[in-house]
Amino acid sequence: MTAHLAADFEKRFPGGPIIRAQLKHPTDVFSITVLFGPSGSGKTTILRCLAGLERPEKGCVRFGHETWFDAACGIFLPPQQRGIGYLSQEYALFPHMTVAQNIAYGLTDLSRRERRRRIADILTLVQLSGLEDRYPRQLSGGQQQRVALGRALGRRPRLLLLDEPLSALDAATREQLRRELRRLLLKLGIPVVMVTHDRVEAMALGDHVAILDYGMICQSGPVHEVFSRPDDLAVARIVGVDTVEPARILHVSDGLATVAVRQIQLVALAQEVIEGDVYVCIHAEDVIVERGAAAQSSARNRLTGCIRTLSREGPMIRLGLDCGFPLAALVTKQACEELDLREGTTVAALIKAPAIHLIARG
Amino acid sequence: MDWTAIWLTLRLAALTTAILLFVGLPLAYWLATSQWRWKFLIEAVVALPLVLPPTVLGFYILMAIGPHSPVGQSYEWLMGQPLPFTFQGLLVASILYSLPFAVRPFAAAFAGVDWRLVEASWCLGKSRLQTFFRIVVPLAGAGILTGIVLSFAHTVGEFGVVLMVGGNIAGVTRTVSIAVYDEVQALNYAAAGETALFLLGFSFVVLSVTYALQRRVPVL
Repeated sequence: MTAHLAADFEKRFPGGPIIRAQLKHPTDVFSITVLFGPSGSGKTTILRCLAGLERPEKGCVRFGHETWFDAACGIFLPPQQRGIGYLSQEYALFPHMTVAQNIAYGLTDLSRRERRRRIADILTLVQLSGLEDRYPRQLSGGQQQRVALGRALGRRPRLLLLDEPLSALDAATREQLRRELRRLLLKLGIPVVMVTHDRVEAMALGDHVAILDYGMICQSGPVHEVFSRPDDLAVARIVGVDTVEPARILHVSDGLATVAVRQIQLVALAQEVIEGDVYVCIHAEDVIVERGAAAQSSARNRLTGCIRTLSREGPMIRLGLDCGFPLAALVTKQACEELDLREGTTVAALIKAPAIHLIARG
Repeated sequence: MDWTAIWLTLRLAALTTAILLFVGLPLAYWLATSQWRWKFLIEAVVALPLVLPPTVLGFYILMAIGPHSPVGQSYEWLMGQPLPFTFQGLLVASILYSLPFAVRPFAAAFAGVDWRLVEASWCLGKSRLQTFFRIVVPLAGAGILTGIVLSFAHTVGEFGVVLMVGGNIAGVTRTVSIAVYDEVQALNYAAAGETALFLLGFSFVVLSVTYALQRRVPVL
């Protein structure tokens, strides 16, 4: 049987929403659970409750067979006794200590020799060898982040809690560290619960995701599934589904549902227990754009549309199409140039049936 | 120059500062971190000596430690001698009088320490006490030094409270400020001038050294 971090608690702040958390996270195999939601949705509070930095009013937190918190029995373990690594958003490096001293700070129960070796190991792991005598103010943001991570990892925590681990970095460093972080965490095999409001970060780092809104976890599951198949409109907005339009199911046959969005008919995979009024959800990256009006073809959904807006989005161009309803699409800059796309150009938009997700309405 | 008075004053100031450090650091840390709703009452009490005339404060201290009060009676029963008009009585008065000059800078320095560093230390397994000495105190160093210097200097310079509680007994309670006053009353301007100049020079040196040290504390 796998051991779990199981949390089910309520925390209230005067004047704020009640924060309710229900989480289950395996602790004997590596995986990353992401708490995802807009600012103020209570992500950080949940993480702080898991760390023991906040005390919830109700419920309990268990880690395997240990009870970290139980409101009914009055049990509350302080952070010192939880054996966790906690990384706050601003890293909180001790400014009066060098890199090596920061990492050594949590290692006082080791012998002098062991400690020196552990520090060297950590410095190699986070690629900071040679910087051990620097002070935090002499480091770049990315280096500070790695010192903080190294400091938390030095004690070999049983659970790592990361609060927006990359948000304080500039875009280039963030992208580089995002790639490194997952590899590093995987190598160590320490289970991670992480908070982020960045969709790319959640998708790149997470295995599981819990979507938070107004202090409630409204959907959780494997990252890809939650992001592509939100349960309701609120989740669709939070995970950033680009096109959400009201529609009506016309008929269902052979596992396919035909829906009408305004005057346009689309074919989607039929989902159980959904009928009548729905919302269609389409991610911009699932829309393929071709030049010219839609010809007859085997593709399930081939729409003719007119480009209303074009805007740069990193290496991609975001198109706002009018296909009888507003539809967002993402194309590469190269494709945009090759197809000579401009405002007013008529294009064909192709969407595969599985890429159209339906949400019950009403 | 009245070396007896100078020595007595320095001894009084050093002892007062040492005890204020011992009492003031925990009190200031509590004031800086507590969420207790009635905390402002304690803050007001700590700040009282800033606004009360020294004679009023001295009067109340004299009443509180006098032979008719429970405190004075128990002290006399324990130690075999009364508190008023003794060095020990003067010490009690000095501690109360200089309390805000220690506690307020301490508390301001503690409040300036980033709380996230304290939490980070807890999460690294360090107890509250270890965190206090290894993170909070080093980072509040400049403010703690200010509090030490201010309470020392303030004790050296006190006059009204000393006169009320200690009187003017040579070698027991006659501090420098009272010695200077005595010389002036006796029209002994040369002796008063010497002692005054010494006090001026001493204070200036202490403050200069403090500010020089504070400049060397890196801005973190």
